[in-house]
Amino acid sequence: MKVSILQFPGTNCEYDTQYAFEKLGATTEIVWHKAESLPTDTDLLVVAGGFSYGDYLRSGAIAKFSPVMKAVKEYAANGGKVLGICNGFQVLTESGLLPGALKRNEGLHFISKHHHLKIENNDNIFLQELNNGDVVNIPIAHHDGNYYIDEAGLRELEANNQILVRYTDAQGEIKNPNGSVASIAGVCNKEKNVFGLMPHPERAMEVLLGSDDGVAMLQGFVKSC
Amino acid sequence: MKAIVNISLKAGVLDSQGKAVHHALDSLHFNGVKDVRVGKQIVLQLDESDKEKAMADVTKMCEELLANTVIEDYEIELV
Repeated sequence: MKVSILQFPGTNCEYDTQYAFEKLGATTEIVWHKAESLPTDTDLLVVAGGFSYGDYLRSGAIAKFSPVMKAVKEYAANGGKVLGICNGFQVLTESGLLPGALKRNEGLHFISKHHHLKIENNDNIFLQELNNGDVVNIPIAHHDGNYYIDEAGLRELEANNQILVRYTDAQGEIKNPNGSVASIAGVCNKEKNVFGLMPHPERAMEVLLGSDDGVAMLQGFVKSC
Repeated sequence: MKAIVNISLKAGVLDSQGKAVHHALDSLHFNGVKDVRVGKQIVLQLDESDKEKAMADVTKMCEELLANTVIEDYEIELV
């Protein structure tokens, strides 16, 4: 399996993402944002976390016009699998590849800690290795992670099983760290080939570092190839 | 010509920064403040001298980049 990982100026999670997928047996390639095409053998494209373009204007707002994004849109439109983590999620919502937007955290603080997430819908390649209701422990690290979508949009997400994970406590009860609508931590598109989440599964690959629950989250992609 | 673009969160979208500023004003005993909204202002120096054309251009800039219309409204003033 080949995972291509996007790198913008200011991206800082590309090497963690590379480590995570290589640990799961994938081969990886880091793709600079000026590339006009993606590696032809790409099975999964990851928009890695960080602070593309210093989060200027809005998080992800300038990255969406990088040359590579045209290729990403074509790749997604043809059914290619795309995963956006943290800033990658922001880039995907700004690009219109995922619904909603990420606002400043309700408490205005940058939050960096482990947080529990409940799996909401596993009827997709991303979360197929987990069960609905499972709780995982995954780090979050963001300033603009407050997911917003209007009421009609929320109803649509619910009706199509597009909500992937919600912020909860260890028992799976809603615990919202940043003010996100319906405590949403990650969503996918209607076609279920574009995924985005604020938490960092690629940082939860080793028990020694606090949790290896990221393995169960990311291996769905590897097993689907 | 100069275009002044004011961008703010849409009515109905919770403005956490506005809320925090309101709270700070309260604690300074400025009690007459009913609501606070924090936005941002972007000032563009334009070559264009035709107002209608400038308005159309800046509107397109707002829709494509300057504002995220999922959560933000924008107002354009030409001077």
